[in-house]
Amino acid sequence: MTYGLLLFMLSSGLTLIFSMMGVLNFAHASFYMLGAFFGYAISTKVGFYPALVLSPLAVGAIGALVERYGLRRAHASGHVSELLFTFGLAFVIAETVRLVWGSTPVPYRIPPSLDGPLFTLYQSTFPAYKAFMMLVSVGMLAALYAGLTRTRVGLVIRAALTRPDMAEALGHDVPRVFMLVFGGGAALAGLAGVIGGNAFVTDPGMAESLGTIVFVVVVVGGLGSLTGAFVASLFIGIVQTFAVAMDYSWHGMSLSRVAPVLPYLIMVAMLIARPRGLMGTRET
Amino acid sequence: MSPGVRRGIVVWGGYAAVLAVAPLVFHRGFALSLLCQMGIVIIFSLSYNMLLGQTGLLSFGHAVYYGMGALITIHALNLVQHGWKFPVTLMPLVGGAAGLAFGVVFGYVTTRRAGTTFAMISLGIGEMMAACSLMFPGFFGGEAGISGNRSAGGPFLGITYGPQIQVYYLVAAWLLLSTAAMYALSRTPLGRMANAVRDNPERAQFVGYDPQHVRFMMVALSGFFAGIAGGLAALNYEIVTAESLSASTSGMVLLATYLGGIGFFAGPIAGAIVVTLMQTALGSVTNAWPFYFGAMFLATVLFVPGGLASIALLHKRLWDARLLRRAMAVYAALAIPAALALGCGVLLVEMAYNASDESRAAFRVMGHVVDTTATASWIAATSSFLAAIAACAFTWRAVSPRWAGIGAALAGDRDP
Repeated sequence: MTYGLLLFMLSSGLTLIFSMMGVLNFAHASFYMLGAFFGYAISTKVGFYPALVLSPLAVGAIGALVERYGLRRAHASGHVSELLFTFGLAFVIAETVRLVWGSTPVPYRIPPSLDGPLFTLYQSTFPAYKAFMMLVSVGMLAALYAGLTRTRVGLVIRAALTRPDMAEALGHDVPRVFMLVFGGGAALAGLAGVIGGNAFVTDPGMAESLGTIVFVVVVVGGLGSLTGAFVASLFIGIVQTFAVAMDYSWHGMSLSRVAPVLPYLIMVAMLIARPRGLMGTRET
Repeated sequence: MSPGVRRGIVVWGGYAAVLAVAPLVFHRGFALSLLCQMGIVIIFSLSYNMLLGQTGLLSFGHAVYYGMGALITIHALNLVQHGWKFPVTLMPLVGGAAGLAFGVVFGYVTTRRAGTTFAMISLGIGEMMAACSLMFPGFFGGEAGISGNRSAGGPFLGITYGPQIQVYYLVAAWLLLSTAAMYALSRTPLGRMANAVRDNPERAQFVGYDPQHVRFMMVALSGFFAGIAGGLAALNYEIVTAESLSASTSGMVLLATYLGGIGFFAGPIAGAIVVTLMQTALGSVTNAWPFYFGAMFLATVLFVPGGLASIALLHKRLWDARLLRRAMAVYAALAIPAALALGCGVLLVEMAYNASDESRAAFRVMGHVVDTTATASWIAATSSFLAAIAACAFTWRAVSPRWAGIGAALAGDRDP
């Protein structure tokens, strides 16, 4: 469940960026990784709670810069260029992280104030940090939803999303809105990194392992659909968690060993049976 | 004999001659195995460009066909070891057949749409196969890999494929054959329709072709050639590991192809040569080579979308129009600031690498030992980098009118 929520924090940003600019950001999971490493670096200096705010801001700023000076340039030569640019960016970010922090996992730990059980239910304890993660991600999603549907900025973003030319004609700076959305999406991924990095592992391979799963989520949920991304995140998260936990085997192949392939199998099956995904409006 | 035919004979004859003569010049063991590796990467990149350049399909999972070709070949090689009669010379065909089979299966599933969707699905399939390879270590070999013996077939006309030079000529022969076949394919109606589907699928449909079918054919055939490359790799290295199926292999071929230039048939050849050389040359000098690779790729995407081939073409046109001298003046003005910026960038990267290395050796710049953990040296390096970048921008602003003038002269020359 927490894994699913974490997946949604990533896939929501990815979906927003995709539906707005039509570009699939390969480097999205790299922003997640940057968030985790920044979170680690800041929390060793000043503590976890400042890191919770500072790290996403830093990642968001990097994202905005990337959009302004890289993606906008690549955009001029078409979608394939954009895709290739984000692909190369993911590669460079992974290598940079490896250069700065080394290729072994860093000891990014859960803060002591949140370390420990929240309550015990039928002998199984419920860790406080899990509750905290859920709280942050649900809070963030509620804020995102409210921001998009209830505020003026959200209105402009949605306008630029559906009718960029019209929004521009009405005097809104659409390229700046794009920069804002890209930076915002990166910041969301960064926040997910800060709270997910210490719950799972923080190493230079984390972007690659999570990135492809996030893509699967976006495809299964339907490209460009936030609701679909939500349902698919929870679904994939639950499938993965249960497959690892269940002790069921068939012809000597235990389910936990099959677990890594399951999301991709689901994706391929989905593409054959229903190419536009769970909630997508356009066919993929 | 028409000039076109004569030119064709010169180009292909020259290509064959280079392939034949290369091992006589680079005959030492290391250089020879480098040549073999190069040949394999060239076939692989050319097969990739059938998708990216000719059909406009960006694939992030091309290693599937290469890896499966290599795996099936190594299994076939082990069958030969146990008495199956099959000439080792034709072994790459086994790999090709495997690549074709997987191309047919995955091509059927993935080619409904091009663009972003195809890219994503190919990524998913690539990851699926990579995950599978860890799941069934018996067949895929897992981390340790599966090894074979390329001289299993016994001698045939004195050829055992024991010495590397014999393997080189095997690779060279298949390289020549595959290049010719892929070039011929790009001239067939299918190849032309692939270009049409890349440029405008709707209009191709109006003319009466099914874009999905054209894409499907191209994916399957490109899988065939990637499988040949994989089969040759299996024979050359005599071991196939899970790495040949992995995302990094897919990324490498994309990098090589794009760097060389996807708009030209010969582009991927240049890209494959450069990437293989850099991998070995840079890899032996610095551990940060993947970083430089990625940075170079980003720079190519942003500034030279046509790749190395387009740079070469531009300079040929400048030469023909007698503008090369003027272009050289612009380059000369830019050379010093650009070299400084590059040097400072490399310095920063190497300092970061040195600082993160646990067993850090003394870091020397022109004989002086630099403390890579001190803030002062970081400030110095960063500020000189920024200054060099500023100098670059300043010089560019000064010379860009001249560069624009050259461009205008070139356009005027071509279109009077």
